Amino acid sequence: MKNRIKVLRAEQNITQAELANRVEVSRQTINAIEKGKFDPSLPLAFKIARLFNLKIEDIFQDED
Amino acid sequence: MEAKQNNWHSELKKNTKALAVWTFLWVFTLAFVAFGPKFIWNENKIITIVMIIINTLVGVGMIWINRKHLNSQDPLQRKISMDAMAITLGITLIVGISYSMLDITNLISFNAEISHLVFVMGITYLIAMLIGNARYK
Repeated sequence: MKNRIKVLRAEQNITQAELANRVEVSRQTINAIEKGKFDPSLPLAFKIARLFNLKIEDIFQDED
Repeated sequence: MEAKQNNWHSELKKNTKALAVWTFLWVFTLAFVAFGPKFIWNENKIITIVMIIINTLVGVGMIWINRKHLNSQDPLQRKISMDAMAITLGITLIVGISYSMLDITNLISFNAEISHLVFVMGITYLIAMLIGNARYK
């Protein structure tokens, strides 16, 4: 699954650590999601979407 | 928001600390059961039974805390832990049965002890956790 988290973070000038704190996960988790190594759970995807005021599908795209 | 962030971290820290305390208590009471009858209470059966019951109850508490700790982890940490547990369970089952067969068929000269299996479990879980963490770095 592809995502735009890195771009959105850069636009809002947020570090991985800050984002991780705001959505209550570790920085390692945010890094793994950004690199496409780990797909977030649905609750976590909702948290990230809410934080950026976007819909889930505006951040995460299925690669199929 | 800040309080919420700290809540998650402090909850995880609290549960990690609680897991360490309960694990220590379990090992400590296990040592009492193993060495107490010979060195402390002179083979008194009642005391031995009481200590075994206490050790078992502490073990149940440790399992409950371990589950709580797992649930307080974030989704990636939980996945790494669950993967490590799955690998540990599989290896323990396969190695345990094979080891037991080696003993039953007298292909090894010594007895297949449960402590050997516990050692394999510990090492497997540790290695699986290290590999899991390295994979998602």
